[in-house]
Amino acid sequence: MIQKNRLEGGQIDTATLLKFKFDGKSYVGHEGDTLASALLANGVRLMGRSFKYHRPRGVLSAGSEEPNALVQLRSGARQEPNTRATTAELFDGLVAKSQNRFGSLRFDAMAINDRFSNFLTAGFYYKTFMWPKTFWEKVYEPIIRKAAGLGSLSLLDDPDVYDKGFLYCNLLIIGAGPAGLMAALTAGRSGANVILADEDFTFGGRLNSETFSIGDDSSAVWAAEAVAELSSFPNVRLMVRTTIIGAFDHGIYGAVERVSDHVAIPDAGKPRQIMWRIYTQRTVLAAGAIERPIAFENNDRPGIMLGSAIRTYANRFAVAVDKSVAIFTNNDDGHRTAADLHAKGLKIAAVVDVRANAPLSMDFEVLQGQVINTKGRLGLTFVDVKLSDGTIRTLDIGALGMSGGWNPNVHMTCHQRGRPRWNESLAAFVPGDTLPNGMIVAGAANGDMSTAGALHGGAQAARVVLGLKGSMPKLPTAEDAPIRLTPFWYVEGCSRAWLDQQNDVTVKDVKLSHQEGFRSVEHLKRYTTLGMSTDQGKTSNMGGLAIMAELAGKTIPEVGTTIFRPPYTPTAIGALAGRNRGQDFHPKRLTPSHKWALEQGAVFVEVGNWMRAQWFQKDGETHWRESVDREVLATRSSVGVCDVTTLGKVDVQGMDAANFLNKIYCNGFAKLAVGKTRYGLMLREDGIALDDGTAGRLANDHFIVTTTTANALPVYRHMEFVRQCLFPDMDVQLISTTEAWAQYAIAGPNSRNLLEKIIDQDVSNGAFPFMSCANITICNGLRARLFRISFSGELAFEIAVPTAYGDALIRKIMEAGAEFDVTPYGTEALGVMRIEKGHATGNELNGTTSALNLGMERMVSEAKDSIGSILSRRKGMNRADALFQMGVKPLDLSDDVPAGSHLMNADGPVDAAHDQGYVTSACYSPNLGHAIGLAFIKNGSNRIGEKMRLVSPLTGVDVAVEIVSPHFIDPQGERLRA
Amino acid sequence: MIINHPLLGQRDSSEFTYLGDAKLIERPDPDSETATHDFYKYAYLRDNPAGWHKELWFHEAGDRSWLVVTRNTLTHEISKVEMARDVAREKGRRR
Repeated sequence: MIQKNRLEGGQIDTATLLKFKFDGKSYVGHEGDTLASALLANGVRLMGRSFKYHRPRGVLSAGSEEPNALVQLRSGARQEPNTRATTAELFDGLVAKSQNRFGSLRFDAMAINDRFSNFLTAGFYYKTFMWPKTFWEKVYEPIIRKAAGLGSLSLLDDPDVYDKGFLYCNLLIIGAGPAGLMAALTAGRSGANVILADEDFTFGGRLNSETFSIGDDSSAVWAAEAVAELSSFPNVRLMVRTTIIGAFDHGIYGAVERVSDHVAIPDAGKPRQIMWRIYTQRTVLAAGAIERPIAFENNDRPGIMLGSAIRTYANRFAVAVDKSVAIFTNNDDGHRTAADLHAKGLKIAAVVDVRANAPLSMDFEVLQGQVINTKGRLGLTFVDVKLSDGTIRTLDIGALGMSGGWNPNVHMTCHQRGRPRWNESLAAFVPGDTLPNGMIVAGAANGDMSTAGALHGGAQAARVVLGLKGSMPKLPTAEDAPIRLTPFWYVEGCSRAWLDQQNDVTVKDVKLSHQEGFRSVEHLKRYTTLGMSTDQGKTSNMGGLAIMAELAGKTIPEVGTTIFRPPYTPTAIGALAGRNRGQDFHPKRLTPSHKWALEQGAVFVEVGNWMRAQWFQKDGETHWRESVDREVLATRSSVGVCDVTTLGKVDVQGMDAANFLNKIYCNGFAKLAVGKTRYGLMLREDGIALDDGTAGRLANDHFIVTTTTANALPVYRHMEFVRQCLFPDMDVQLISTTEAWAQYAIAGPNSRNLLEKIIDQDVSNGAFPFMSCANITICNGLRARLFRISFSGELAFEIAVPTAYGDALIRKIMEAGAEFDVTPYGTEALGVMRIEKGHATGNELNGTTSALNLGMERMVSEAKDSIGSILSRRKGMNRADALFQMGVKPLDLSDDVPAGSHLMNADGPVDAAHDQGYVTSACYSPNLGHAIGLAFIKNGSNRIGEKMRLVSPLTGVDVAVEIVSPHFIDPQGERLRA
Repeated sequence: MIINHPLLGQRDSSEFTYLGDAKLIERPDPDSETATHDFYKYAYLRDNPAGWHKELWFHEAGDRSWLVVTRNTLTHEISKVEMARDVAREKGRRR
């Protein structure tokens, strides 16, 4: 296979042949190539279709600023859309496809859009698809969606691993060109802890693309030697393939290291990418500069590129974009490209310079004039040049370099709302005065465009930020050419001169936007889409700003730039997620009985981060209701056991422990006797219920507070707030012991009989009545805690042991309870039994309900101050028609009473204005044989027996119900006191 | 952001939970004649300054201290970090 455009030299390893495929066709390239350079070496200029008009496009740049050459890299689950061919490192077996084409890349059916370009101007979508209104959702949007977008996703799970990591340093250096390398050498030699990061796979930046020398070496050799010295410093960490994506607050930088993007499949144990969080005291930004194009008629044909990119392909990658090249320039840099290409033996058809004072050359013709049009449907063939005397010259070429000057890469200087400053001699923005804390900018990023300037700037920056004493190190001699440039943005009189090739925005679109009244640069961006998408206008924004300034009669700095935001380049969601995906999205907490529950066939449900047994499926049970009904009936008729470890537990100790509980609970705790437990309701300061639970007093100065599973964390946080911020001198200490104790509820008429077999104390009704608590021992000496509390409404106990004994205890309970057919029950049965009993949970304490709503208004003590007590007495929260928690049951007992449905008067209208309340919890009660629900109903306590309509117009529910007491089972509480 | 914890030194803000205005420390006197109105203001009214703001942060993934952090809401600059308990005592809060 012949690489017809491959030259001699360059920084590629021609001894290694790498095979790859583009659009199904096989090619070869070398180690050190990018996909773009390898395609160009093989004579492939056409790499994609444009976003809107489906114009044939080739590569524009040789770096991450690339707007055009976006490909779909790899296949199968590793398929990766919108990957810049200019940064994709070539590897053996690489497979890539072009994007945004209907049919083949050469014959794209959607190229018809190009014919209608007069209609598809800025704001086309806003203007055209306004009517008929109903067409948007069903007709326009689906069509536009299909036609728009670039690459596609595989919709398969990404098989690779992404990691997150944390790094700390004294100095972070962003960019490893001349300034970055010199800064790193200076800092590294001083012993400072340095990180040097560059997005490229080789350090050196532009030094790898140039032919001049530094000292006695070529620039690339100097860079390699600098890297070799840096590698010898233990205090310097070199990070290639690492993009700093953002400068965040207080010296925190985000960095994406592409560990395995340059291989087909990551090596075993290696992540694909790592998202680093770098903490640094100081930063040297040495991000270089990006060359900008010039807008002229049909300046988007494959083969028309940035001049510096053509130079990079020739010098670094040993690739001639074409054998015959011209340059269109407004500054001396275009001449440098021509000289380098000439030295490589390429034919320079001409250097077209807009300036009257352009330097002349012995080696090639320099024309004063402008490129006014180009030809070549799928790649450049001719350009028309209008000379300063008005004559037209046609050049027969396959590549045209555009050199419009360089923009310092100020992106990262603006991440903390900094604004760049205009530099007249560069005709570009340079970093402003307000930089992220600790940042200093050096080299081309700071407007020092020569190599000597960059080396000096890098060394100086490192010395300044690190406060190094002593004299400036001796720097090698290097190129130090001045900037000679005449600002020139676009050729007048063009109908289709492209500014933003990624979004197909032309000079005309910017003019149209101005004409239609968009004056702010941010509006221009949104209306025309200039500077959007994957490249964020790295090569296009300046041209747009310049034209906008001209139209508005302002200067470019008056127009200003749009805001630069992280990330600097597109960042994979996978890198942001790291390992937090799928099953590992958040931590999974297992209860001590988890392994045992698995053995019992438990089906689990996530409750917060906890996995709780939802029900235990027995052989032959085919529907969850069968299991749940069995568990409920068995518990109410004999005994059941449930893991309640997940409930929050807070240990409260100190002389003021009772006073403290009096503050956080609306009801009183000061008089609670030692050895007793009490139900407590916590309010927020606005009088709304926060959480409920029980608190048991184990000693005068020692309470155990329990919270609901979901609120364990917020309630603990709230308790610490009350302790530290409101009552700082209370003698009270708190600690969460949720994980320290395994706790089981044993409920049902046989619960005491079962317990007596395993515990060492007397738990008869006389010795241990309802609401007792105690430190006890079980199984001949193991310390445990016993609470006689009941959520199910049955005779019940909760027993807690240190977590390590949780598994042993559940097995012991099952063994001891075998004679009573002890039945494990899950959260569903727990829910059924508490609804039957009328106990509130999170469904009722839903952040909108007060003690009054919950039927507990008498609990709010007037004898003491507590959080929320004052505002709970507000008039508005004590209206006669306030919602009140009640029970509902269907008149036709075969009907459901779905939770979330609303109650309406039986004979009134069904609308929001006549809403009477809503069902919060509902279930099928196996004990009653029909559905039941808990509901908040206006003035509910006075409406027992009333017939109402339960409706949900959205889901078609319309059921006749009766309002009943919320206590469906044992309303007198005889069972739990048995 | 990095919060310079008075006891533990510099900690990443991801270890903390944010609550809001440090005025929440100044819980009104429940026995005052104007208690209802005072509590209404305490519970619902907050300044939302563009600039310096004293706010409460809880070191949830750390030592469980409530801190009063003086932060500029425009620049995220943090000028002062105090233990909320000390601030509460300075404001005369006791038992």
